[in-house]
Amino acid sequence: MDMSQYLEIFIDESKEHLQLLNQSLLSLEQNPQDRAVLDEIFRVAHTLKGMSGTMGFSKMTKLTHDMENVLHAIRNGELKINPDLLDLLFKCLDALENYTENVVNTGSEGDNDYAGLIDSLNAVLDKKAQGSQKAPSLKIEKEEKTDKPVYKTANFKLSEFEQNAVKKAYSMGMNVFEITVVFNESCLLKSARAFIIFQALERHGEIIKSVPKVEDIEDEKFDFEFTVVCIAKEEASTFSKEINQISEVKEVIIKPLDPEKLNESQLEENEDLSGVSNLQSDKKDGEGVREGNKSKVMSHKTKTGKTVRVDIDRLDVLMNLVSELIIIKTRLEGIEDIDASKNYAEAVEYLERITTSLHDSVMKVRMVPVELVFNRFPRMIRDISRELGKDIVLTMTGTETELDRTVIDEIGEPLIHLIRNSADHGIEPKEVRERLGKSPSGHINLKAYQVGNNVVIEVEDDGQGIDLEKVKQKAVERGFLKKDMVNNLSQKEAIDLLFKPSFTTSDKITDLSGRGVGLDVVKTKIEQLGGAVEVETEKGVGSKFIIRLPLTLAIIQALLVVIGDEKYAIPLNSTKEIIKITPEQIKMIQNQEVILLRNMVVPIVRLNKILEVPGDHDEKKNMTVVIVKKGEKTSGFLVDSLIGQREVVIKSLGKLLSGIKYIAGATILGDGNVALILDVNSLAV
Amino acid sequence: MSEGFYIQNRQFVVFKLGTEEYGVDIQNVTTIEKMLPITRVPKAPHYIKGVINLRGDIIPVIDIKEKLGLGTFEETDETRIIILQLKDIPFGVIVDEVDEVLQLREETIENVSNFTNDLSLDYISGVGKVDDRIVSLLNFKKLIDIDETGSEKDEN
Repeated sequence: MDMSQYLEIFIDESKEHLQLLNQSLLSLEQNPQDRAVLDEIFRVAHTLKGMSGTMGFSKMTKLTHDMENVLHAIRNGELKINPDLLDLLFKCLDALENYTENVVNTGSEGDNDYAGLIDSLNAVLDKKAQGSQKAPSLKIEKEEKTDKPVYKTANFKLSEFEQNAVKKAYSMGMNVFEITVVFNESCLLKSARAFIIFQALERHGEIIKSVPKVEDIEDEKFDFEFTVVCIAKEEASTFSKEINQISEVKEVIIKPLDPEKLNESQLEENEDLSGVSNLQSDKKDGEGVREGNKSKVMSHKTKTGKTVRVDIDRLDVLMNLVSELIIIKTRLEGIEDIDASKNYAEAVEYLERITTSLHDSVMKVRMVPVELVFNRFPRMIRDISRELGKDIVLTMTGTETELDRTVIDEIGEPLIHLIRNSADHGIEPKEVRERLGKSPSGHINLKAYQVGNNVVIEVEDDGQGIDLEKVKQKAVERGFLKKDMVNNLSQKEAIDLLFKPSFTTSDKITDLSGRGVGLDVVKTKIEQLGGAVEVETEKGVGSKFIIRLPLTLAIIQALLVVIGDEKYAIPLNSTKEIIKITPEQIKMIQNQEVILLRNMVVPIVRLNKILEVPGDHDEKKNMTVVIVKKGEKTSGFLVDSLIGQREVVIKSLGKLLSGIKYIAGATILGDGNVALILDVNSLAV
Repeated sequence: MSEGFYIQNRQFVVFKLGTEEYGVDIQNVTTIEKMLPITRVPKAPHYIKGVINLRGDIIPVIDIKEKLGLGTFEETDETRIIILQLKDIPFGVIVDEVDEVLQLREETIENVSNFTNDLSLDYISGVGKVDDRIVSLLNFKKLIDIDETGSEKDEN
């Protein structure tokens, strides 16, 4: 039986539940008396236990089970919530997250059984038990039904082949059991459960028959019970122990094989044959499945983690648009005389409208709310503030703002850096804040909103701000700056120093930040994503990091230019303006061609030279320069002529040409030819 | 491609570079295209002529003659681009002419490393003989340095 199809569901749901658990624990910390939150936590722990049990992740089940016990005691008022207890629960959450992470990466829960955590959970319970003298009823309640229902699967006959196997087993002194397993009626993944039971049984013996057949069990074509005949050396108790560990099993009946079933028979020779082949195919199936399972799990490594949950409405819109596309195709096919028909223009216009909407909707499918990244921050802030002994309040707004999935995946790390920075460097210790007349608790404000084709994320704190004088001083100390340049530095340029590699203003290195690997990483990462970072800061009042990100990475606005006989695309978000100059305007400064643009010195890059475009390039009277910006600096790209602004789909050049300098990708033009997209950052001076 | 898994016959797409005949294992061939407009890629290795648009995919194209030191290609009506795929990396190879698909028996393929240690012959994994003809079987993994980009070692 193939578990990997359930694995995906398991991972998705576990993540959701863990997130919920995280939120609930945080709010429980705020309001320890909130009964509803406690109930929620209990429910989540219980669901997780059930889910991991179903999947056979026994360590996860054990941990959640023990958590559940503690939570149960809290609910009954036998335990009081205190910070230590909450810490313990948070640690459990971390452990569960680790398990889930392991499942994502390897398909199994891993080897760590977090014995320490389980011990402390039990210790908490023991303490309680000593306190109240009431023995905790730890054992799982089990329905002990006295009335024996008739198990229909128990009525089966053994084929001759199977009988021979049984007889042989007896002669070798082995035991033959007839094991009937009954599931809870609420059991959801019956076949997955059955698979676990089969696995458990096969560890100890050999299954020679199963009723219903293995294939049917796989397809969930059975009610809530099945019976197997198993040959084993072990005693019945081994099996009952093994199976009872598996949750959602209502009842297990293990008895020695009814000898009658051995003697009954010779009449059924015809059936025997089919029985034999069945058995063989069963066996084969079993093996195939096991191997198949393994390979699925292996391939899983690369597959999980790149999924997007899509609102069904959005898919419906897509569906609709595609059907319209088909309609327009038929319509275009029907138009025979292209020149004369005014229908043609109409149809093309219609087509254009559809493709635009189609593009929009496909983009929307790829969009996920920033909440996905944001929701791990409250916990982070909680941990940091406890660690630093600061009181920090995190507020988040605009969590529903949507970004492309690929951007979301990458943005987490830089944001963590910035938030830690704010918490560590920004927010002052409580005493200092009080002395300064600020509110004792520091505030970090995380804000996301959309502006046109960009999403802006702001990380704002009301801490001490960035001491630019100190920054300058450090820069001189570290040799980034010459002493006499300090005074000429504008505020912007001083802030830019912060983003220099291995630059830190912190005198001491803490666990959180100060190693100087922070802001330059943030900047590089965000620029890789086609975005930009800015900083606004005021000493003593606070600082604000502003990240601008493009909505999507796949489609950009670009300026098409001609150089020699070749066409290139320059991303529009890095172009500032286009100017015409005459050759006389180009001056030389330190061997670098420059022009003066409104009293600013702008270096000139001759693209035809740097890109080695073949052909002669005469100096023309009128030259076109595209002014691009790289961070705060500008450069002028000299091109032969302009084609205009186009929306282009970015395609990769492929592995063979990866890492080619100056080229960021390629795109296909309307005429089917390929145009290369220039990498402004590496071309600009 | 484990040894011994092959049945005796292997099929090769045979093409011409100049007058010489070369072959490439048909399992690596995706399609054969007529000449398409090629966009030059600046700073690319000299033998990579550029990229083409193959029905919406951007595919790099290699001038195999230049790589083998046989001059450079001249476009004629017979010029073709053979699209290959090795280790999930697709690329095109410009050839002067595509002749046929040839079945070669394993034992008629001779290992060239036996009689030379010339480096350029490194690109040839074997020589197939059919009647009087000699077809050099190209080792593309070596040719495009796929070991640097790919992961596994070459096994031919």
